Amino acid sequence: MIQVDVANVSKVHVSMKGEPLLALLDVNFQVEKNEFFSIVGPSGCGKTTLLNLLAGFEQPTRGELKVGGEVITAPGWERAVVFQEYALFPWYTVVQNVRYGLKRKRVPEAEQRRLVDHYIGLVGLHGFESRYPRELSGGMRQRVSIARALAVNPSILLMDEPFASLDIQTREYMQDELLKIWQRERKSVIFVTHSIDEAIKLSDRIAIMGPRPGRIEEIKTVEFERPRDPTNPAVVRLAAEVKLWLRQQVFETPPANPARAEPQAAH
Amino acid sequence: MNASERHALPPRSAELLADPVAGAADRSAVEAPAPASAQRRAAATPDAMARLAASMVPPPPPAWRRALARISRLWLLAAFLVVWECVSIFGQRINPQLDVMLPPPTAVISAAADLMRRGVLFTHIFDSLYRVLLAVGTATVLGVPLGLAMGWSSRFRAVVDPLLEFVRPIPPLAWIPLSILWFGIGDVQIVYIIFLAAFFPVVLNSLAGARDVDTYLVRAGLSLGARPRELFVTVVLPAALPHIFTGMRVGLGIGWMALVAGELVAAPSGLGYMINNARTLFRSDYILLGMVLIGVLGLVLDYLMRQAARFAMPWHRGQ
Repeated sequence: MIQVDVANVSKVHVSMKGEPLLALLDVNFQVEKNEFFSIVGPSGCGKTTLLNLLAGFEQPTRGELKVGGEVITAPGWERAVVFQEYALFPWYTVVQNVRYGLKRKRVPEAEQRRLVDHYIGLVGLHGFESRYPRELSGGMRQRVSIARALAVNPSILLMDEPFASLDIQTREYMQDELLKIWQRERKSVIFVTHSIDEAIKLSDRIAIMGPRPGRIEEIKTVEFERPRDPTNPAVVRLAAEVKLWLRQQVFETPPANPARAEPQAAH
Repeated sequence: MNASERHALPPRSAELLADPVAGAADRSAVEAPAPASAQRRAAATPDAMARLAASMVPPPPPAWRRALARISRLWLLAAFLVVWECVSIFGQRINPQLDVMLPPPTAVISAAADLMRRGVLFTHIFDSLYRVLLAVGTATVLGVPLGLAMGWSSRFRAVVDPLLEFVRPIPPLAWIPLSILWFGIGDVQIVYIIFLAAFFPVVLNSLAGARDVDTYLVRAGLSLGARPRELFVTVVLPAALPHIFTGMRVGLGIGWMALVAGELVAAPSGLGYMINNARTLFRSDYILLGMVLIGVLGLVLDYLMRQAARFAMPWHRGQ
């Protein structure tokens, strides 16, 4: 069942100098219900713009974005967002942050308490309920942010490079946790990242974007069973293939010797 | 990495903590670990770690020594008071006028005792405090919503800004003659002057606070279903709070100065009035007492303001 439908979407940004800038051109894709869909691409390719359109923070210049058949016109809890820099409210404790959306939804008090407790447990933060965000590590903050987004029971989770500012050990651990949560909660996830390895580890499908103008070049399906072993030759080959392909598309100067490029790309 | 994340990882912390050399060494070395790894084992729990850390640095000095160190930093102030005392007491033998020109600190203290006995000192202090708190309170009640609204809506700001910027550069003291015509000499007139002095810092800081709200926090609020009013109360207001408190502190400081100036010109009571009255009586000890009190009370008000900010923003502590 198609849950997200992005049809012929273009977006023009107006720069500080007043020059119109084509951020997205004719973007088309669909996301199935409960699918893990990643968007990868180099910086400046418009992937964050695309996510902002999906979240409803910005409106498309042309085209339409639909969720569950309805056109997106404004932000809303059915499309909860997890930001790269967490965007936790510094003046609220962990509990208050997670409860924020439930209060806005007017969920009954007792139900709020139950859900908050459930999602704090789900991200493994029992014992940290009354801490303020600045008293937590980066990984813990991002887990609070994920719990806050999940608590409102969105149909789609929009994640904008959520693990980009974490150290590599924490990042890999968080990826595993996210997969576990996704398998348990069954939600559609649209996951923006610049890391092809991360996208391959997590996603059902990967949309590869190119810059100037921002567009989707190709959508790849990742067939391997989860958990995916990054050292599995097939996974390595897919990663190398995508990286090489992206390099050719984006920089338009294919390496003279592809055989040399491949092991390099596998890192 | 923090404690909970470590718990969630496979239980390999024991191996990580163990001395890597121990594995390579002979069996006896494994059975009788080197002192280094014994020490690492001693840091197995957070409590033990804290104890170990404490054992590795010199103990903190006792409380009385820290208090002594603090007091000893006041030596320059003490020396200043002693020099002042000496200059005015010995100076009077050379030039008797110095009795009026520069009374010694001890004379200021006895002046305070004298005025307290006559019961007028606290009346002056109370009148001044009442005026400044009423004025700054009014400036806060009116200025914070205005500033926040201006910061939140650029259209509203575009309308209000010209009027505000037209009035703002006029020094509050320039309003004194007109305000005496309007309100006569009394509390209302002085409160009005202090209000004018405190209002603009409060407005401008609140404005800056509302404009500086992190876009991501606003977006987070919106995507979690916050309506405009909720967004204002749960995101904009708390985000602007540090700026609002800065505005109130600055407003209080400037308001306090305007108070004294206003009372010097025309007032039926208050510390400024006390100073001006003492001048006509050649009581320079009262003048100095008034000056010292104004300084000390200003310091106390600012301290109380910072404590209020600490209390109102527990998430902001220690930053």
